[in-house]
Amino acid sequence: MMSPPDTGDRPPGAAAGTSSQSGLAAALTPVLTVAVSLLGLCLLWGLAAHAWPSRAFPGPGQVWQVLLAEAANGDLFYHLGATLGRVAAAYVVAMVVGSLIGVLLGSHRSADRFFAPWVVLFLNIPALVVIVLAYIWFGLNEAAAIGAVAVNKIPNVVVTMREGARALDPTYAEMAAVYRFGLLDRIRHVLLPQLQPYLAAASRSGIALIWKIVLVVELLGRSNGVGFQIYLYFQLFDVAAILAYTLAFVAVMLVIELLVVQPVERHATRWRRRPA
Amino acid sequence: MQPVGAAVPLRVDIAEKTFRSAQGVSITALQDLSFEVRQGEFACLLGPSGCGKTTTLRILLGLDKDFSGSFHLPEGGSDRIAAVFQEPVLLPWRTVEQNVRLALPKSLRTKNLDGLFDTLGLAGMRSLYPAELSLGLARRAALARAFATEPAVLFLDEPFASLDERTAERLRHLLLTVWSARPTTALMVTHNLREALMLSDRIIVLAQRPAHVLGMFDVRLPRHYRNPQVMSDLLRSFQQKFPGVA
Repeated sequence: MMSPPDTGDRPPGAAAGTSSQSGLAAALTPVLTVAVSLLGLCLLWGLAAHAWPSRAFPGPGQVWQVLLAEAANGDLFYHLGATLGRVAAAYVVAMVVGSLIGVLLGSHRSADRFFAPWVVLFLNIPALVVIVLAYIWFGLNEAAAIGAVAVNKIPNVVVTMREGARALDPTYAEMAAVYRFGLLDRIRHVLLPQLQPYLAAASRSGIALIWKIVLVVELLGRSNGVGFQIYLYFQLFDVAAILAYTLAFVAVMLVIELLVVQPVERHATRWRRRPA
Repeated sequence: MQPVGAAVPLRVDIAEKTFRSAQGVSITALQDLSFEVRQGEFACLLGPSGCGKTTTLRILLGLDKDFSGSFHLPEGGSDRIAAVFQEPVLLPWRTVEQNVRLALPKSLRTKNLDGLFDTLGLAGMRSLYPAELSLGLARRAALARAFATEPAVLFLDEPFASLDERTAERLRHLLLTVWSARPTTALMVTHNLREALMLSDRIIVLAQRPAHVLGMFDVRLPRHYRNPQVMSDLLRSFQQKFPGVA
């Protein structure tokens, strides 16, 4: 196979634009499906709330009203921001620390044999215990809150990244050694691209887990954030507000997934013929 | 003491290299292996499959330090080494051009590579990813990476294995073209006698495991005289000198 690639198979997407109309429809179909599906869920919810009217089960209209009111007085954005900040900080700490430990364990078998029981132990400590202990030992402060969330997530990252390090291809490292790549080049061009699928997997499962734990942390020991608000409205028995805050945060996480996570992943896997 | 300068050859003196298997069985791969490659010379390490050629190369590349003996790499100019491996070993997530530039020292990162890419027929493929290349093109990119670094010594480990003969032949000619433009001390591992006769100034013939040097075969004829007629003469005289090899 010596012929230049333009005679052979073309990269995917090269045929785009042959029929722009059907292409547009094909692009819109998944979006429409999601919209219709969510609308259907809202409708079902509305019908159910209408059939069993109760203060404990408000309809989507009521929740929307509360959401607008909270947004108008600024509370919503203040508490969303506080929670988002904690999620981001805990995520960064957990990914950096977990990746370092995971790669070290994955590339040193004796260290892995020694520390593997620790990983299993930390994997199985309940999140609540870590949070309570962190508040007792370090006080009701931001560092303890973020640290507790990170400690809950780190063992998961370690396990994933350990697998990633075990799957590293030594021929790339040898090539880098022969051509005397610098340390930064090795990390950036040799190590991280190989670990990318594992980083993506750890991130994906990480963000979802972290934000749920952040709510518990806020409920137990912070005076702002979505978790704090939910606890407040729980005491007031205001289910509409609880749902409003929950849905608002889920929406924020969806937007992050669509606007940050997916584009980053597409960029990182652009070299694959068929993006995973 | 040899003075440090342009004329220092590649000198290899490996006393012994032993592999220990997980079951505790030890296999001696190399024993008393010593040879020299003169400055600017293209040498081939010829031997049967599994005799320890690649092991020798891995030691010279500094990838295997568990051996007894010593070796001395050529000095002068750059002290860099370059390698073309059995597989192309291009980073799949970097384009052809990025793969080549990453192998360069920082001071040469921005150097003009147009001539090299043109010679190797890669001019239109600089922005492609390795997965978009055929195996033959990927090997050309691996050659481009090796020559771009302007190494003091170049190691090639059966770079044309697993290619069809026509492609391999074209790549051999390309290799000669690029190498002739800047003759670098080169050591190529191969089990293909024709390839060795076509490319090298000197063939170092290795014996079966444990590998040691059986003898040298110098090809003094300039490469452009090595037509099919001459090649078959060379082949005959090689077989007279080393009956039973290849």
